[in-house]
Amino acid sequence: MIAGFSPHELSSYLVIGAILFCLGLFTVLTRRNAISVLMGVELILNSANINYVAFSHFGSGNLDGQLYAIFVIMLAAAEAAVGLAIVLAIFQIFHTIDVEAAETLKE
Amino acid sequence: MELSTVVFYLVAVITVGSAVMVAVSHNIIYSAFSLLGTFMGAAGIYIFLGADFVAAVQVLIYVGGILVLVLFAVMLTHRITDVEITNRAAGRIPALIIVGVFFALLVQTVRETPWVKVKEVTYQPTTAKIGDLFLEQYLLPFELASLVLLAAMIGAVVLSRKEIKE
Repeated sequence: MIAGFSPHELSSYLVIGAILFCLGLFTVLTRRNAISVLMGVELILNSANINYVAFSHFGSGNLDGQLYAIFVIMLAAAEAAVGLAIVLAIFQIFHTIDVEAAETLKE
Repeated sequence: MELSTVVFYLVAVITVGSAVMVAVSHNIIYSAFSLLGTFMGAAGIYIFLGADFVAAVQVLIYVGGILVLVLFAVMLTHRITDVEITNRAAGRIPALIIVGVFFALLVQTVRETPWVKVKEVTYQPTTAKIGDLFLEQYLLPFELASLVLLAAMIGAVVLSRKEIKE
């Protein structure tokens, strides 16, 4: 087993968060499909949440980090609703959700 | 090795493996369903961190809400028959280099920083305390969040309605 990677170590949670963040960044950078880009953003928000809760558990011992995680989840829900509504509107106008096709601001 | 360590490894592998599938899968339906594994794995990690309420919220909102919304958007915007080619990816090698360098920096930072730790890690039910904090110390952000959710709901309805041209 990997040294220092156990449920009782702060650094193992931070490494999981870092991996999720990098995968999300990779998704956002490479995908040309707007829904996939939004999925990458969700991965990044999840990694930030894992870090918040990990620091709240190991670092401070109080619940502030968990509250911030709940706020992030709330705003992620709002972001997903508005983002997907925009994607649907783009699809109605351009008949594709390729982000390169939707470069213009007007029809 | 303890049983909890084995479960932790399993949860970590599910989380990271599903995230890899989201990032590299050629089929957007597979990407969307792999997101389920990542969200459930993150909920498992929250339970390991003693955050029971956050884990429940994660399952309710991410799995029950956002994932269903993403799947709806996928189904509504794709001709399901040619879904194979619609999850296009471009510029993978430069992105891989950027992300690799960034990951190495992050891991180096995690290893070298002397993190401040509490003496004793506690596992207690958190729901009642979180409710108290929301209605006392964090009352204003809590109300603002509800306002943001209302604005987002109205915005989503306005954006996704059909335009009727005269």
